[in-house]
Order: sequence, then C-alpha cells, then structure tokens
Amino acid sequence: MKTRGFPVWAVYALGFVPAVVAFGGGLAGTTGPDPIRALEQTLGLWALRFLLAALCVTPLRRFFGVNLLRYRRALGLLCFYYASLHLLAFIGLDHSFDWAEITREILKRPYAFIGMACLLLLIPLAATSTNAMIKRLGAKNWTRLHRLVYPAALLAAAHFIFAVKSWPLEPLLYAGAALALLLVRLAPKRRPSFEQPHKA
Amino acid sequence: MLIRVGTDRPVASSDITPRSLWLRRREFLAAGAGLGLGLAGFGARAATSPYSTDEKPNSRADITSYNNFYEFGTDKSDPAAKAGRLKTKPWTLRIDGLVEKPADYALEDFLKPFSMEERIYRMRCVEGWSMVIPWLGFPLAEAIKRAQPQAGAKYVAFETLVRPEEMPGQRSFPKIIPWPYREGLRLDEAMHPLTLLATGLYGEPLPNQNGAPLRLVVPWKYGFKGIKSIVRMTLVAEQPKTSWNMIAPDEYGFYANVNPGVDHPRWSQATERRIGEGGLFAKRRPTLMFNGYESVASLYSGMDLRANY
Ligand code: HEM
Repeated sequence: MKTRGFPVWAVYALGFVPAVVAFGGGLAGTTGPDPIRALEQTLGLWALRFLLAALCVTPLRRFFGVNLLRYRRALGLLCFYYASLHLLAFIGLDHSFDWAEITREILKRPYAFIGMACLLLLIPLAATSTNAMIKRLGAKNWTRLHRLVYPAALLAAAHFIFAVKSWPLEPLLYAGAALALLLVRLAPKRRPSFEQPHKA
Repeated sequence: MLIRVGTDRPVASSDITPRSLWLRRREFLAAGAGLGLGLAGFGARAATSPYSTDEKPNSRADITSYNNFYEFGTDKSDPAAKAGRLKTKPWTLRIDGLVEKPADYALEDFLKPFSMEERIYRMRCVEGWSMVIPWLGFPLAEAIKRAQPQAGAKYVAFETLVRPEEMPGQRSFPKIIPWPYREGLRLDEAMHPLTLLATGLYGEPLPNQNGAPLRLVVPWKYGFKGIKSIVRMTLVAEQPKTSWNMIAPDEYGFYANVNPGVDHPRWSQATERRIGEGGLFAKRRPTLMFNGYESVASLYSGMDLRANY
C-alpha cells in the first residue's frame, strides 16, 4: 500500500485544524462581524466534508484501486466530532443554553430537525467504531448498521439546502456530490477482487 | 422602546469608529462643504433627528462588510469584495406610474430639493441579526409628494439596477432572484415619516455595498424590504410583486413587518443577535414588535398580522 507511510493520528491532528482555526479566529475577532454564525457554519461545513470524504473511500478503492481504508474510521469520527461541535455551537453560543428556545427550534424548523435526524443517525455509527464493537456485532451486522451513513449523507445535504435562503450553488454541489457517492455504489460489480468481504 | 443605551456596554474590538471621532469628522465635513469643497450635501446639511435611536451605532467596518446584496453574491462578504466595480455616476432614477409628474431624473437633480438628515435606525435582518446604522437621507414622503400621486395610486413599487457586467450575482447560476430585485410599500407606509430614502451613512456617501447611490430604509420592516441601488419608483394601484415573496411566498410576505410573534417557517423571529456585541459569546436579545417602532402600529390596525406577515 502506497499510503502506509501516513499515520492515522495525523489525519485526526490535521482534521481538527479547521476547528481550532475557526474557534481561535472567533476569539480573536477575525471571522467577521458575526463570529458565532461563522463558527457554526464552519463546523457544519466540515462535518459534511468529512462525511463525504468517508464515503469516498469505497469508490476510490473499487474504481481506482486506491486503498484508504485505514483512514475511513478517522474520517467518519471527524464528521461526528464536527457535527457534535456544530450542535454545541448552536446550543451554547447561538442560543446561550436557552433550552426552551433550542428545543422549539429543533422541533419546529425543518432544517434543524433534519440536522438533528442526521446527527442521531451518526451516533450509533460513532459508538460502534471501535475494533471491539466490530467484533461484538460481527462484520455482517456491523456493515449493515453502518449503511446508516447513506441516509445520514442525504440528510446532511438536505439540511444544508434548507439552512440557506433561495437556491445558491454551493449546497447544491454538496448535495450532488452526496448523491453521486451513493449512486456510484449501485454500479454492478464486475470483478469481485477489490470488494473483499469485511474481515472481523 | 430601547433595551439598552449604548454607553453601558463594553466596547467590542470591532467598534473601530468611535462615535466621538465620527461626530468630529462630521463637523469637519460640514466645514469642508461650507468652504465650497464640493462635498455635495454630505455633512453640511445633515441634522440629527428625533426619530433616531440613541443606541450605539455599529462600527462602519461592520456596516460595510456584512451585507446581503445578492446582486454581488450570496455571501455576506461578497458585496464589500465585489461592489467596487459598480458605476453609480451617472445615475438615472425613473419615477412613473400614477403620478402627475413622471420623470427620468439625473440623480443630482432628483436630490437637489431635499435636505439630508441623519437618522440612526435599528436594522433587523430576517435572518435573526440586527445592527444600528446612522443613515443619511430624507423622507420618501417628500419625493412622493413632489411627484404628485394620482388618486388611484395605492402602492409604490421599487426596482434595483440590472447591470450584470458590474453585478456578478446577476450572472450567477442558479439564478438566486428573478432580476431586477423588486420591493414595494403601501402608499401610507411609504408616506410614513420614518421611511427614508438614504444616500449616505456615517456622514458620507453610501458605499456601493450598502446600496449606493440611493436606497430605501424602512426600519420597522425586515432588512430585505430596504431595496438598494434604486433605479425606478412606480406608483401603482395594485400590490406590486416583491422579490422574496416571488421566490418563497410562504416565507416572505409583502408586509414583512418585524414581528417576534410570527416565526419565519425556517427560523424563530423571537430573538436577534446584535452584530458587534459580545463577540463569540454574544447573547441574543428579544426582538421588539415593529423593531421597536411602535408608532407605526396604527398603519395596521384591524389587520391580521399573522396572515399579512
Ligand atoms: C441538531 C443538529 C443540528 C443543528 C441544530 C444544526 C444547526 C445549524 C445551523 C443553525 C446552521 C446555520 C444556518 C445559518 O446559516 O444561519 C447550520 C448550517 C449547517 N449545518 Fe447544521 N445543524 C445540525 C446538524 C448538522 C449535521 C449533523 C451536519 C453535517 C453532518 C450539519 C451540517 C451543516 C452545514 C453543512 C451547514 C451549512 C454551513 C454553511 O452555511 O456554510 N449540521 N446548521
């Protein structure tokens, strides 16, 4: 494998750079007149990016023979961490722990409800991301459970579309990427050689 | 209806134009104009107004770098970055429709009879944030009176410039707004003394990103009603089409009065975040009915403001 040299911990370390930069910039006052919203958006955007990055692993292996499997867990967990921080920013910074308002917003606003649904799907995936959990569930069940990432990706893309006014291009591009990454999985498998069954 | 008076809050690092300095600069500008330095009405005739709030205005940096002006892009930093190419001279303003004196004015001629005053207004964006902005302008009512509306005129329709060569947002795909941007007011709203045609802010001509050279300011309505870079005002008999209402009628009404009791379907309108206040740990504040401009309530007596949002 060409990629053996790059350690997984470095993916985590690099992965957290945008969060640190966004938070530090917010504290320093360099992220514009509404630093709370800027931080909230940055965290949400990176959650979505890591989700899509994790979804790239299988097609890359299958169609291009590039094996990044050992980074997939890190990418998936980074998505989860960013989504959690994104929610935390929403709760703590955007709404200053006003739980009544937060509950109302999440239940009443389609975009927030969709975001919450997405995050709820990500929780069991993050919780079963350890080797021990894969063993306990068995490869087959684990794989089946982790198919939740597909609806999660669609929900994340929909959340983005619903969070913005009108129909700007950027959320549509992300939604297109999410759709493409799901559709490409439906391509008929000609040679099973790349698609090894998961080893527990 | 003030929640807080500016002086008792900590000054954010972003408040880079202290009020005292700015006041002094206005005196300076007034002197400059008096000496015939040709500052064309800016400063010289600007008087403060009883309609002004005494809340602390946002810094000029905030007001001129955080804008929704989709003609230049959907990002709030786009207008400041991209509006520089817009040519606002010469500028023609058409006044037509149900008026005795329809005309195409060169902007200088249109502005000549009016004296500018400063109005420090709260501005509440439909997205849940607010600012305090020291506009320079004059009541729209004066311009309407001069055009002599006919008896049948019930509404005023406004249009923004369409010039894709200088307005990159108008070239973008997908089309965010069916250009031109359109807004409208009922005639009595338009005649209300709070309703302003603004040509400046902080005592200087409007920066392009804020809607140069001429924009509408209706402080009791959500910011999107404040149409920018106006090229046409038409008096009409029927309620005119307005852009955001055309795009999403269930989200943006014609009236768009600030109303904490009527939520936007996608977010609550009960609270707002005052830009430039408290940085990363700013607290929201309650949004006030009619953005605190309660005197306009009589315009809507008997109307169901839930249905007419
Ligand atoms: C309870 C869960 C969630 C809540 C309450 C929430 C809330 C928000 C809010 C308030 C915004 C900003 C809207 C604005 O521009 O003002 C936003 C934007 C966004 N969120 Fe979430 N979110 C949640 C979950 C998620 C999840 C799970 C993801 C991705 C995996 C996500 C991705 C995004 C993205 C990509 C944006 C757009 C950022 C941008 O405008 O650049 N969110 N969300």
